Amino acid sequence: MKTIYFDNNATTQVASEVLEAMLPYFRELYGNPSSMHTFGGQVGQKIRTAREQVAELIGASPDEIIFTSCGSESDNTAIHSALATQPDKKHIITSRVEHPAIRALCAHLQTQGYRITELSVDKSGLLDLESLEKSLTADTAIVSLMWGNNETGVIFPVEKAAAIAHERGVLFHTDAVQAAGKIPIKLKNNAIDMLSISGHKLHAPKGIGVLYVRKGTKFSPFLIGGHQERGRRGGTENAPSIVGLGKACELAAMNMEKENTFVKAMRDRLETELLNRIPQSRVNGDRSNRLPNTTNISFEFVEGEAILLLMNELGICASSGSACTSGSLQPSHVLRAMGVPFTMAHGSIRFSLSIYNTEEEIDFVIDKMPPIIARLREMSPFWKKSQ
Amino acid sequence: MWEYTDKVKEHFLNPHNVGEVEDPDGEAEVGSLACGDALKLTFKLDENKRIKEAKFKTFGCASAIASSSALTEIIKGMTLEEALKVSNQDIADYLGGLPQEKMHCSVLGKQALVKAIENYKGAPVLEAGAKIICECFGVTDKDIERAIRENNLSTVEEVTNYTKAGGGCGNCQEAIQQIIDSVKSSTTITPKKPKLTNLQKIRLIEETIDREIRPSLRNDGGDIDLIDVVGNRVIVATRGACATCKAADITLKNFVEYRLKELVSPDITVEEEAK
Repeated sequence: MKTIYFDNNATTQVASEVLEAMLPYFRELYGNPSSMHTFGGQVGQKIRTAREQVAELIGASPDEIIFTSCGSESDNTAIHSALATQPDKKHIITSRVEHPAIRALCAHLQTQGYRITELSVDKSGLLDLESLEKSLTADTAIVSLMWGNNETGVIFPVEKAAAIAHERGVLFHTDAVQAAGKIPIKLKNNAIDMLSISGHKLHAPKGIGVLYVRKGTKFSPFLIGGHQERGRRGGTENAPSIVGLGKACELAAMNMEKENTFVKAMRDRLETELLNRIPQSRVNGDRSNRLPNTTNISFEFVEGEAILLLMNELGICASSGSACTSGSLQPSHVLRAMGVPFTMAHGSIRFSLSIYNTEEEIDFVIDKMPPIIARLREMSPFWKKSQ
Repeated sequence: MWEYTDKVKEHFLNPHNVGEVEDPDGEAEVGSLACGDALKLTFKLDENKRIKEAKFKTFGCASAIASSSALTEIIKGMTLEEALKVSNQDIADYLGGLPQEKMHCSVLGKQALVKAIENYKGAPVLEAGAKIICECFGVTDKDIERAIRENNLSTVEEVTNYTKAGGGCGNCQEAIQQIIDSVKSSTTITPKKPKLTNLQKIRLIEETIDREIRPSLRNDGGDIDLIDVVGNRVIVATRGACATCKAADITLKNFVEYRLKELVSPDITVEEEAK
């Protein structure tokens, strides 16, 4: 059975160019970049190149790039650094729809005596910048808001938010794990102090991430060890993955237009057709302020896990915000924050595409989804009543 | 991804008895859209008052659908008395087991069954005296008590896995703990040690001193001898370092007597031999 992979916000396939670029660093070029000999030193050269490639994608300079092990490490480093460098400040502002890497960390910090403000979103998942302004205090150490939401794709106006925070002298971090490589980012033109990237969301391997730290920002390392990353992140460089991430960023910059035309058009067609063909379905999240690859659709009166498993029978991969897939008994915190009714939240499915998807795959899914939903609705005690 | 058994997958992909029985003898709806799973059960009896036909409609995940399918298969052909004895564990067993977090799907089946039978009999829907503990999922104290007893649950997390109670806002978790405590205290029977004959008791005291007490004392350069046992009074003589140690009394009470109370009988007291 062919796999149709519409779950690219969960993880992506490693691009073949990326894998090719990495392979020599497992075999012939296994030296330690910190070594004195040329054998190791030449790897250091390649890491410099990768740093430039990453910086290029986000409009930063290479010395502002710190390689980490994943997006979560980058997020943790950013928040901890802001707190460690401003020990008298005990307040953090974030939103109700952040990734667990930020949410769970903030919940933990709350038990350690920090005060957390979670900004609300409206029913489209959009942020009210006025509420950010009102929440800033002299005690606020950092504002952390995601750039693109992993579940709905909704884009936050982080550049404006960063400017607001800066006016009050407050640091600003953004989790750009979903945004990087999908929408243009120019850090030279905004006030963002720190930004997180995860390799495996943009066709690099798992286990590599980036924290951008603007030049001049006070920084305190999270992982303490050797002098790697100019003393900002201990631990021997993951050379193959760093080289791979560099290549992936280069490709992402090249494919940015394709992402916002070809991928976006496929997403729009998938969304429009599903809404047309399946009654009582709706899109979650603002349709104009959205990542080009993501759509989150609710099918009323059916449950997400059951939908996913029937899709799985046909080789179609996606995700759901239903309670049964979240590992808790509550549907997705993102959909709840948006006030999506429970009846809709339980039946939400997220489709997230990449440049490797095809029009034929879209056709197949458009064709197969209506009978799946109809079959489950036939079984649902709520369906007939509502007709 | 959940690890479902083949049987769960089979009953999810090809569920048995989907639909509604026409002109049913008993029917019930449990759960709600808000909760994330809901089940409508209908059944019809034959002339011998056995369940001739049972059908379900379920809104929920794969395990909720499979549990409903299993339930209708299990109860077909049963009398209502037999059907009432079907537990949620029976439903889970029929499916070759369910993941812990999904046990509430089998409980939902059990609840629907009880309610549908009550509906047939015209008995009140809520059990007498039951009160809602978990507001989020509408779970009563009786539901929680039954789940604790039938599945031998001991933590709030387990209760949540089985009944959903406490899985929403979490406000009722303390109340759930209290129910667990009260169920446990009413069911635990402290194991009674068999009554010993005097000879058996003396032998056990000797063994305990040899195995559990003497090695520790010898480590500190001391020793102990058993002199006599009078009823529950154990008379010993301390030797070596113990004999001259100022803390010997404490050792005798806190260590020797403590161990003998624990391992032989709680009534034992230990005395030093009069010198």
